[in-house]
Amino acid sequence: MTSMATPLRTAGGIRRGDRSKRERVSVASTTILLLGALYCLFPVFWVLTASTKDGSELFSTFTLAPSTHLWDNIVQLTQYRDGLFWRWMLNTALYAGLGALVSTYVSALSGYVLAKFTFPGKSTVFKVLLMGVLVPGVILAIPQYFLMAQVGLTNTYWAVFLPQIISPYGIYLARIYTAASVPTDVIEAARTEGAGEMHIFSRIAMPMMLPGLVTIFLFQFVAVWNNFMLPYIMLGDDNLFPITVGLNGLLNQGATAPALYTLVITGALLSVIPLIVLFLLLQRFWRVDLAAGAVKA
Amino acid sequence: MTLLAPPKAPADTAGSPLGTRSGRRRRYDVRTRIITPYLMLAPGIILFAAFMLAPILYTIYLSFQRTQVVGLGLGSGARKQVFAGVANYVSALTNPEFAASVGRVLLYGLILIPTMLGLALLFALLLDSRRTRAAGFSRISIFLPYAVPAVISSLLWGFLYLPAVSPFYFVFDKLGWDVPSVLSSKLVLFGIANIALWGGVGFNMIVMYTSLKAVPTEIYEAARIDGASEVQTALRIKIPIIAPALVMTALFSMIATLQVFAEPTLLRPLTNSLSTSWSPLMLVYRDAFTRDNIYSAAATSVVIAVATFAVSFLFLRIVQKRAFGQED
Repeated sequence: MTSMATPLRTAGGIRRGDRSKRERVSVASTTILLLGALYCLFPVFWVLTASTKDGSELFSTFTLAPSTHLWDNIVQLTQYRDGLFWRWMLNTALYAGLGALVSTYVSALSGYVLAKFTFPGKSTVFKVLLMGVLVPGVILAIPQYFLMAQVGLTNTYWAVFLPQIISPYGIYLARIYTAASVPTDVIEAARTEGAGEMHIFSRIAMPMMLPGLVTIFLFQFVAVWNNFMLPYIMLGDDNLFPITVGLNGLLNQGATAPALYTLVITGALLSVIPLIVLFLLLQRFWRVDLAAGAVKA
Repeated sequence: MTLLAPPKAPADTAGSPLGTRSGRRRRYDVRTRIITPYLMLAPGIILFAAFMLAPILYTIYLSFQRTQVVGLGLGSGARKQVFAGVANYVSALTNPEFAASVGRVLLYGLILIPTMLGLALLFALLLDSRRTRAAGFSRISIFLPYAVPAVISSLLWGFLYLPAVSPFYFVFDKLGWDVPSVLSSKLVLFGIANIALWGGVGFNMIVMYTSLKAVPTEIYEAARIDGASEVQTALRIKIPIIAPALVMTALFSMIATLQVFAEPTLLRPLTNSLSTSWSPLMLVYRDAFTRDNIYSAAATSVVIAVATFAVSFLFLRIVQKRAFGQED
């Protein structure tokens, strides 16, 4: 897919280059886009300046005028209940990072089998999984709670980690990637050599699917990171909270103790930075083509 | 003796070396054909059954149950679970709070979805136009909010709506304008829609833009030679070509709208114009955890899930031929 897209774009770029002299730059369309960019960047800019203020400045000075208390705020946030904030960050990394990694592996394995094996019941398995794509994760949160409560797993790491490993959409994408990027001849050849199936999958197929797997990982990472309801319901112990539930709790307390607002704002800034960096670095994997049912990597 | 490969694969390449050890291959075939794929699928199937299928079935079961108080209602064995028929569904569907929350969410979707998709389409077309400058910067900036989880974006916008902290109200104040708070009960719906717009417009723009990029440029060349203006090309050629992407984004947005939960929940500490039953999922949450009525919560969940499923099914029908048909 990449190999097809690249020459097209290059060709376009060259033609674009010599045409730009004849083509007028459209001020209107450039302005509209820049206004859109401004709208999207504004809250990020606001949190940058707001997090440099101390508690009283937040309510007394113009919010876009930066102050000098960013470091103090970070220190205060770090000291809040012995570093609970950083514990939330670690928990988030665990739920979203490790969770998405395991989820990608399970999706890749299942997608690979569904693409490259022929076995009785295959189309039934695929159809049932496909129905799962249509069941949104949020709807499942409360039922999952009822069930987890039955086995006594609520209020543990497992309660948030396990339900988010299964990703029917990830399996569906992995199946498409396998079909597109792993030639059957290669698998056949490896079998002839006597290689085991798991060996073929992890040493031969997975590397070939890698760009697609990064996309599946990103999708799952965002899905877990964004799923507020599941940890909100499952967890009572704030040592287990991901950052989103933790900040929500801080904000709730802030309603009676406005001094906590600076901590919430600084926490929001610190939690968004790693994600924005990750997004910018992995930007090229976000070439989404939903209409074709796939994501172009 | 079928090979595992789809019929397309050339059978003769593997044929001769394998022929010499056909005994081993026969055993290998049986294992590979049935046991191995299921063993490899096991993690996926088990997780699916445990965390998707079982919760759904359990909720359906609970939705037909109720508690009955035995005797004087004292002691741990005083309450037992009995079959309730469709009583929970009747009370869920006739609950005025449920109807009100559905109404709010429909209005919210009616405001949000056309605005979000309209802007996303406009941005995608402008990005695709050769006459636009600074396209790379704008594309990344508009997509950036997708990296911010709904909780954090609600928090940021919540503060921007709060008159004491907001730069907007600072300016309004200086100008002497009396602008009502976005967090007031009349405007809070727009405030929530704006948060979702901010988070979603970039993603939808990228979906549409990717789809525009997949169109061979020759088509536009032909239109240009025929004297079509950029606007004409956009309206007559580009939009019809990416119509499937538009349908998909619309349906995904509808599904997301039905489930709005994080944004209003996060805004609640900042305003008292959001009730605990503002959206259908908030109502389910309240029934299950504040009121301890899991049976009613289960019935309402099933109703929401069926509604979502109906919308999703429509989506599947539309894309089936394009995406799923070619795979099977």
